[in-house]
Amino acid sequence: MTAAVQPTETRVPPPEADRPRPISAPASPADRAFRGLLRAAGLSVFALMGLIAFFLLLRGTEAFDAVGWSFLTEQRWRTAAHSFGIAAVLPDGILIAVIALCIAVPVALTAALFISEYAPVRLRPTLISLVDLMAAIPSIVYGLWGLFFLQPRIVGFCRWLAVHLGGALPFLEVRTGDIATSYTSSTFIAGTVVSLMIIPIITSLSREVFSQAPAGEREGAYALGSTRWGMVRTVVLPFGRGGVIGAVMLGFGRAMGETIAVALIISPVFRLSWHVLENGGNSISSLIALRFSESDSLSLSALMAAGLVLFAITLLVNVAAGFIISRSRSGASTSD
Amino acid sequence: MTETAQPPYPAAEFGDGTTDPPTIPLPPVPADGAPGGPSDGPSGGPSDGSSHGPSHGPSNGLSGLETRDLTAWFGQRKVLERVSLQMRAGEITALIGPSGCGKSTYLRILNRMHEMVRGAALAGEVLLDGEDVYATGRRPAEVRRRIGMVFQRPNPFPAMSLYDNVISGLKLAGIKASRDERDHLVESSLRQAGLWDEVSNRLGTPGGALSGGQQQRLCIARSLAVSPEILLMDEPCSALDPTSTRRIEETIAELRHRLTIVIVTHNMQQAQRVSQSCAFFLASHDTPGRIVEAGPTERLFTSPADPRTADYVNGRFG
Repeated sequence: MTAAVQPTETRVPPPEADRPRPISAPASPADRAFRGLLRAAGLSVFALMGLIAFFLLLRGTEAFDAVGWSFLTEQRWRTAAHSFGIAAVLPDGILIAVIALCIAVPVALTAALFISEYAPVRLRPTLISLVDLMAAIPSIVYGLWGLFFLQPRIVGFCRWLAVHLGGALPFLEVRTGDIATSYTSSTFIAGTVVSLMIIPIITSLSREVFSQAPAGEREGAYALGSTRWGMVRTVVLPFGRGGVIGAVMLGFGRAMGETIAVALIISPVFRLSWHVLENGGNSISSLIALRFSESDSLSLSALMAAGLVLFAITLLVNVAAGFIISRSRSGASTSD
Repeated sequence: MTETAQPPYPAAEFGDGTTDPPTIPLPPVPADGAPGGPSDGPSGGPSDGSSHGPSHGPSNGLSGLETRDLTAWFGQRKVLERVSLQMRAGEITALIGPSGCGKSTYLRILNRMHEMVRGAALAGEVLLDGEDVYATGRRPAEVRRRIGMVFQRPNPFPAMSLYDNVISGLKLAGIKASRDERDHLVESSLRQAGLWDEVSNRLGTPGGALSGGQQQRLCIARSLAVSPEILLMDEPCSALDPTSTRRIEETIAELRHRLTIVIVTHNMQQAQRVSQSCAFFLASHDTPGRIVEAGPTERLFTSPADPRTADYVNGRFG
């Protein structure tokens, strides 16, 4: 044994001996076939995305050519007058999404914490499927509910907000006079309805990452004399932070793209306004839904161009969310 | 199998010669087949007062732990039966036995971690300084702060700095401390755990960045920081290399004078090296875990009374 080792230690190794040798690991035909199938499926998703973007770009070119960069700065939407842009609909849509997040995030996170940490174990599967069921309700149903049930009942609250807090917080001010219709069809009401639609996805994803918090660390916290809330604060929330941020961003992406409920509730106004309780608002997707029946080709092209912008923003938000989730401890599969 | 409830050794052999009479009246002994008197069986035998009166016992103000007729279930399955054992103040008690004999379950019952498992149930009493930790109205968090625990797999809070890891118990238990007190506590806890010299210049690095052995000592420091009276260790070295194991054992030996330690181990040599008292648990597929024999470690390893103990400590099974 030592005799075999000795020479290699004393002899100067030839320079080429230190190079890594090629290692071949030929896959079996079945493996190769399966891998090929998966690769094709994966690539087709990318291809589809690319084709959608390409289609929108192609159809939107006419509108871009017609108005140029003013497409990004123009608030009005008058295709016949060659004066249209997304400077009002895009921020308005973001505003709806932000309002939706303001309502959905606290509700979704506390619901997720309740389900994963506090609810009786026997009740958990029921609660999980209830939340998932929420996601299965068609958005037109939420829209109708918002229009016919929620709106008449929430107007009083909106008015209260405007009257009591409007002075202190300008964005809650309503400048259109104190009549009932001043408060309807507002960005706020649309955001409220949209929030219901993004609660399930945020709850679902957050609950998932919360429940993955390592049992060892949970026990470690308990063994130090921690209360349940202390354990949640020290172990579960830090562990789930990345996943929660990702979930919120995915929710934001969905809220941006939400169409029908917004289209039903909002009364379209092409003027940028930060007064969220006032009648009127807009979003790109509801604009597309409401104006799609317009036949003239420039109008359609303008809608496609707006759709392209929305597509790009949503894609960006979702990619960023995915990046954050995968970088976080809770999202990385290698963590233990 | 009656000797499982009343191990066949006389009381004098178990104790270390202290003969103080019980200074606190003992709670009524359960009627069903429990040891008859204070000088009979493990629950009575060693209870010569040392654990019941920390302030005036012979053990320098340290607390002792005792279980009486502890039976435990997971669902319908009984995993422990009538385990009575005295873990003397200021001593290291080792729990040995083959896998699945219920010693980890027993350990987790001691600081009320057992009840967090779904379907877990138990009967009997766990007495910390003579008071039942399962008494109605007693908070588990308070029990767990007084009876600390170190786990098999090191479980520091990985994203938290070393400093924050050590004092995490204060925050979790809602104990306020000034900056100076915290600094002092971090240093003294890390020193006691034998980790200070290795990490004193990088207390800001996250706990997950340490090696396995260092993580385990960090966990020990974290447990010590809330000044528990008892420290339970569930195979603290089984995930570690021999060098780290030796460091932990040294740490354990040094801690002996500060608090009472109960350690579960699969390693016979470790039990012999670190413990003063030892309890041998055994279960078979149809009988729940019981204590076959308990007593001073030396006697258990050199002249065990039960042949099964002899077989086990000599490595003939398990």
